[in-house]
Amino acid sequence: MDDDLVFRALADPTRRLLLDRLYERDGRTLTELESQLEMTRFGAMKHLRLLEEAGLVVTRKEGRTKLHFLNPVPIRLIHDRWIDKYTERHVSALVDLKTELEETA
Amino acid sequence: MTTITEIQTTQVYQVFIRATPEQIWDAITKPEFTQKYFHGTRADFDLRPGGHYRSLMGDSEEVMVDGEVLESDPPRKLVHTWRSYWADLAAEDPSRLTWEIEAQEGGTTLLTVVHDQLEGAPKTAAGVAGGWMRVLSGLKTLLETGEPLA
Repeated sequence: MDDDLVFRALADPTRRLLLDRLYERDGRTLTELESQLEMTRFGAMKHLRLLEEAGLVVTRKEGRTKLHFLNPVPIRLIHDRWIDKYTERHVSALVDLKTELEETA
Repeated sequence: MTTITEIQTTQVYQVFIRATPEQIWDAITKPEFTQKYFHGTRADFDLRPGGHYRSLMGDSEEVMVDGEVLESDPPRKLVHTWRSYWADLAAEDPSRLTWEIEAQEGGTTLLTVVHDQLEGAPKTAAGVAGGWMRVLSGLKTLLETGEPLA
C-alpha cells in the first residue's frame, strides 16, 4: 500500500466526509453515499475510486449490490509508521536529556 | 466528532503484505507466529471442516476465542466461527471470520479479513473493531521485518 495514495486520498474534505459516513454505518451502496453529497454520481464515483485505490475503501458484492466498506488499516499503518515514530523520538530525546544533565551534574 | 451510530455487523479489513500466501497462511494458523502479533495469543487450529479453533492467552490454557472451522483451502481461504470469551462476551452468539489470501503481482499478497454475522454479538463487534487494525498491522510488520511491532 502506497503511503502517498493514502495521504492524497485524505487531503480532500469530500473524501474525508465519505470515510466519516462509512465510519457511522459501514457497507453502503453508491446510491446511499451519493445522496449525502452535493455532487453528481460521477463526482461521487471519482472520489470513491481514489479512496479504493488508496485501500481506504473496500468493495464487496452482496448479491447484485456492490457495498462499500471502510478499511481503516492503511490509517493504522501510517499511525504506526509516522505518528508512533515521532512521539517515541520525542520521549527518548527527553530521556537522553535527563541522562546527560544527570551525568554532568 | 463522529460517533458510531449502529453496530457494524460486517467488518472488512484489507492489507498488502510483502510475503507469499504460504507465509501468511502459516502466520495465521501457527501459534509461534500468532503469539508475536495477535495480542500475545496462541492459535490452535484443527484445519478441517468441523475442526476446532481456539485462541489461548500467552502460555496459559485460558481460552480467549473459540470456534469451528467451516472451510480450509490453504493457502487461499480460511473460514471459521468466532466466539469471544473475554469479559462478558461469551454470552453472545458466535460470529464468522473469513481470511482471504490473494497473491498479487510483484511479490506482494493481499490479505482480506471479513468479520461478519455479528448481529447477535454487538459487544464483540465493538470490541474487535480497533483490534483487527492492530493485529493486521502487527502481522504485516512481523512478516516484512521479522520483528514484532513494538
